[in-house]
Amino acid sequence: MTKRLTALRALLVFALLGVAFCAIFVLNVNTGSVSIAPKEILRIVLSGGSDGSRLGNVIWKIRLPRLLAAAVLGGALSVSGFLLQTFFRNPIAGPYVLGISSGAKLFVGIMMVYVLKYVPSVPFWAVMAAAFGGSMLVTLFVLLFAHRVRSMAALLVIGIMIGSICTSVTDFFVTFADEANVANLHHWSMGSFSAVAWPNLNVIMIIVLIALGLSFLLSKPISAYRLGENYARSMGVNVKLFRVALISLSSVLSACVTALSGPISFVGVAVPHMTKLLFGTSRPSLIIPGSFLLGGVFCMGCDLIARTAFSPSELAISTVTAVFGAPVVIALMIGRQRRRSDG
Amino acid sequence: MADTVVFETQKLSVGYRGKALIRDIDIRLNKGQILSLIGPNGAGKSTILKTVTGQLTPIAGRTLIGGRDLEAWPRAELAKKLAVVLTERVQPEMMTCFEVAAMGRYPYTGRFGALTAKDKAVVWDTLRRVQADDIADRDFGHISDGQRQRILLARALCQQPEVLVLDEPTSFLDIHNKIELLDILLETARVRQTAVILSLHEIDLAEKLSDLILCVRGDRAEKPDKPERVFTDDHIRELYGLTRGSYLVSRGSVELVKPEGEARVFVIGGAGSGLLAYRELQRKRIPFAAGILWENDMEYEVAKALAQTVIGCSAFQTPSDETKEEAVRTMLSCGTVLVAGDQKELNNKTNEWLVGIARQNGMRIVLSAGVLR
Repeated sequence: MTKRLTALRALLVFALLGVAFCAIFVLNVNTGSVSIAPKEILRIVLSGGSDGSRLGNVIWKIRLPRLLAAAVLGGALSVSGFLLQTFFRNPIAGPYVLGISSGAKLFVGIMMVYVLKYVPSVPFWAVMAAAFGGSMLVTLFVLLFAHRVRSMAALLVIGIMIGSICTSVTDFFVTFADEANVANLHHWSMGSFSAVAWPNLNVIMIIVLIALGLSFLLSKPISAYRLGENYARSMGVNVKLFRVALISLSSVLSACVTALSGPISFVGVAVPHMTKLLFGTSRPSLIIPGSFLLGGVFCMGCDLIARTAFSPSELAISTVTAVFGAPVVIALMIGRQRRRSDG
Repeated sequence: MADTVVFETQKLSVGYRGKALIRDIDIRLNKGQILSLIGPNGAGKSTILKTVTGQLTPIAGRTLIGGRDLEAWPRAELAKKLAVVLTERVQPEMMTCFEVAAMGRYPYTGRFGALTAKDKAVVWDTLRRVQADDIADRDFGHISDGQRQRILLARALCQQPEVLVLDEPTSFLDIHNKIELLDILLETARVRQTAVILSLHEIDLAEKLSDLILCVRGDRAEKPDKPERVFTDDHIRELYGLTRGSYLVSRGSVELVKPEGEARVFVIGGAGSGLLAYRELQRKRIPFAAGILWENDMEYEVAKALAQTVIGCSAFQTPSDETKEEAVRTMLSCGTVLVAGDQKELNNKTNEWLVGIARQNGMRIVLSAGVLR
C-alpha cells in the first residue's frame, strides 16, 4: 500500500517539476528589456528559427540559447553532483565544492591565455577538452586525499584547498597575460549563461543528454552502492569499473558546464538534496531524472533573478546560485551532525 | 543422503599486502552446516572472512564455493551463491528497510533493478522470517541496532545464497536480539540447507550453535573441529591467553579475576548454595577459601575459579581424615566463616562438624557475604 503511495508521490513530483519547468521557461522568455506577448513568443519559437525580425532576433539569438543553456547546464551540474555524492558517499560532494570546477577553469584559462597568442581563436572542442582534462585531474587529486579521510568536513576542506590552489594558479597566469585575453577570460570565469552560441550549445546539449542517459543506465549499481562498496561488490557490482564510470560521467557533465558558462557554485550539492527531499527517497532511478529537471528549473530561476534583479546591470550567475545553494550545504552539515549525535 | 561440500578452502593463506598472516587454512563445510570462527581480538577472524568472500585477495591457496574457485565465478552468479553480513556501519540516505532488504535481489533483477512480483514475495517472506516485516516502511537510518542487524540479515537472505558469511553479527546486540539472530541462522542452516560461516566473540553461544569450530590464533588457525572437542577449559584458556579470570566450559560462564591475597573468609557451601557468596566475595575483592565440596558439585568449578583454596573430595564419598584436617587448617587461618550451605545438604554431616569446630575456636560466623567488607 505504501509502495503505491511512493509511486503516486513520484508521479506527482514529476508532474510538478514538469509544470514548474514550463512555467519558468515561458516566464524567462517573456521577461527582459523588451516584453513580448506570449502568443507572439509561441509563434516565433514554433517557426523554428529567426525570421529576421527584431523580436525574432531577441528570442532566437539572445533569450532562447541562454535559457536552454541554463536548463541543460543546471541539470548537468545537478546530475554531476549526484554522481559525485554517490562516489564519495558524502552528500556534500559537488563539482564546485570539491574544486573540480576550478580545475576546469584553470585548464581553460591557461589555454585561453596562451593558445590565443598563436592562433586567432580557440575552437570550442579544445575548450571542452581542456575543461574535461582539468575536471578529471582535480577529481583524481581529491580522490588521492579522500582515500585517507572519511569525514564529510575533511573532504570539504580538501576540496576548498584544491579549488583555491587552482584559482591562485589561474590568477598567476592571468597576471602575466594579454589585456584583451584577460577580459575574455574574466567574463567567462565569473560564470554566465549569456552569450552562448548556438553551435556550442548544440554540441553541449548532445553530450549532456548522452551522459544523462548513461548515468540513468547506472541507476541499478548506484542503488546498490548506497550500502557501501563492499556490499555492492558482494551483490555482483563490478566496483572498479563502476567507479571509473561515475568519475568519468561526472567529469564530462561538469566540464560541459564549465566550458560553456564558467564555474557555477553550489547547484551540484543543493539540487540533488532538494530532489531527495521532494521524492522522499534516494532511489537513483528517480533522483537522476528528478535532479536534472529540478536543476534546470533552479538555474533558469536563478538566471532570471540574475538578469532582472538589478536590471539593466546583470549579476553573475554564481552570485545568485550561492545565495540559494550555500544555505542548503550548511543545513546538510548541521543535519548530519545532529543525526550523528542522535545515533 | 550423501553430504555435499558446498564451501571449501585448500591451503588458504590470508593476510595483507602480500604478507601472510595465517597460513594453510583447510575448511570443508557441507550444506546446512554452521561453522564458527572464535579466537582473541586481532587474531585474524575478519581477515579470513574477508578473504573467503573475495574482499581481500588470498596470499596463497584456494577458496571453492560449490566446487568452483571463488575467482572463477561470474560476479552475478557468485552473488546468488554467496551472501555476506559485514561489520561496517551502513548509512544509506533515505532508504526504507524494505528497500535495503530488497537490494539483496540485485543478482536476480534486470537492467534497472525493478522488482518482479516474485522478488517482492521473496523480500516479504524474508522480512517475516527475521520478524522485521512490521518495520518495512521505516527509514533504515532511524531504527535500533537490533532491527538494523535483522534487516541486513534479511538483505543477505534475499540473495538466497548457498553460503552465508557473517562477521561478528551479534556485536552491539542485546541478549534477546542475539538469541533471535542465532535462531534465524539455525533455521536457515537446517531448513534451507544454507552453509553458515560466522565469527563470534560469545564463545558460549558458539559452542551451542555450531557444528564446527575454527580456532583462530593470530599466526595460525587450528583444524576445524566439533565443539565438544574444542571446548575444554584448558583449550579455551590457552586460546584466549586467559591468565587471570577464566571461562568455565561446563557452565558456559565467564568468571572474573579471582581476588588476590591470603584467604580471609572460609565459605561452607555445597550443591550450588555457595555460588552467590563466591560471586559477592569476588565483587568485593575479598580473597576466600571454600570447602568441603564434592568434585562433581555444580559450584566446584566456580569455587576453583574464584577461591584461593578449594578443599574438595571425590564425588559421593565421605572426606578422608587428611582432607578434613586440611579443611580445618585452612578454615582456622581465615578470620571468618561464611555458612552458605543449607542444613539439609547431603554432606551436611561434614559441614556441621566444620561449623562446630569454628564455634569452638571462637571464629566469627556469618550467614551471608552482605555483612563483610
